Amino acid sequence: MRKVIIIGSGPAGFTAAVYAARANLQPLLIASSVEVGGELMNTTEVENFPGFPEGIQGPELMARLQQQAERFGTEIVYDDVTELELDGPVKKVVLGSGAVHEAATIIYATGSAYRKLGVEGEERLSGHGVSWCATCDGFFFRERTIAVVGGGDSAMEEATFLTRFADKVYVIHRKDTLRASKIMQERAFANEKIEFVWNSTVEEILGDEATTGVRLRDTVDGSTRELALDGLFIAIGNDPRTHLVHDKLTLTPEGTIWVDGRSSRTSVPGVFAAGDVIDPTYRQAATAAGSGTVAALDAEHFLADLEDASVETPAAEAAEIITA
Amino acid sequence: MTAKATSQATWEQDVLQAEGTVLVDFWAAWCGPCRMVAPVLDEIQSEHPDKITILKLNVDENPELAMKYQITSIPAMKVFQGGDVKTTIIGAKPKFALEQDLAAFLG
Repeated sequence: MRKVIIIGSGPAGFTAAVYAARANLQPLLIASSVEVGGELMNTTEVENFPGFPEGIQGPELMARLQQQAERFGTEIVYDDVTELELDGPVKKVVLGSGAVHEAATIIYATGSAYRKLGVEGEERLSGHGVSWCATCDGFFFRERTIAVVGGGDSAMEEATFLTRFADKVYVIHRKDTLRASKIMQERAFANEKIEFVWNSTVEEILGDEATTGVRLRDTVDGSTRELALDGLFIAIGNDPRTHLVHDKLTLTPEGTIWVDGRSSRTSVPGVFAAGDVIDPTYRQAATAAGSGTVAALDAEHFLADLEDASVETPAAEAAEIITA
Repeated sequence: MTAKATSQATWEQDVLQAEGTVLVDFWAAWCGPCRMVAPVLDEIQSEHPDKITILKLNVDENPELAMKYQITSIPAMKVFQGGDVKTTIIGAKPKFALEQDLAAFLG
């Protein structure tokens, strides 16, 4: 049995691995098979991670975090968790390959997944003009007209990035103000190829074989209209990935995993959670890294307490035998 | 045996005239999910050398084919039989999920 298994390979998972490995806990990190590195693998320039004044590419940052975790002895498995048993002192992790790993503690750092609009045409046209990954798919929209849905930092980043390819990028947002940081907003406002479509929600994505446009509803007067588009990039936020644990761990009303105060302790002893999966508010690479740190330290203390208990128990038993 | 590269020049014989089932992975070097799914496709190829031929098409180097097959999202994996597209899988997926999508061709 292992001391700790970390599930997730984003900034939270790898940072937890750095701390756990340096504490000699020989962590096993389950990195997933095709999403190693998490969300930052599909971003371009990361300008707000501390210690990189020139900025760093998302994939490069994740490669470095992985190297740092491996340097201190983290073992990495490129597979997906299909089943978890979290009750009791021995936690079981079943992988896609069928392999089963056991550990005294689990650090759960699975992050979040792109949120869908949930409108007609979205599933059908996904991959046919509807995309969640500007860095993957922007290339195919050279000299086209496209739109980004959303008002946060990732929507602004995607819109700005997509102007490298597209002739015109609309940003469709349901309000008339943005949630995005000032610097990202200003960059988007200054870009001549970007036009904002305020107070509008996407009601339907149009097209049979390929995306031809969207039907918009004005959130102020309720009117609807169609906007012709070759592509639609959806950046309306993320939902915590809790599908493996939603019936095993207590969740918050926001859908994130509940943790005790400022700690990473979940409702099950020996199970710790970190990163976007516990964070309905901040969701930054730097906060995820901090959260991974907390989880590794909490797991370390938990294991130390277990060891103390196991040292005390035999002594107590011995005392009983003598008395008897 | 791992997935081999194909191109515009060899498309006709590699894909359209090929016997049996051919899966073409439309990819590019700058696409993170494409790099992630590549070893998974290599594994599937080496486990099913008689059932399927897996080929990789770089969309940067072969934009005509990417346009012809209306690729707007990669990785895009198209399964060909007798020159016709039988199914399309979009996005990097874990091995077990790809095997499910390809069950009819690998069985």
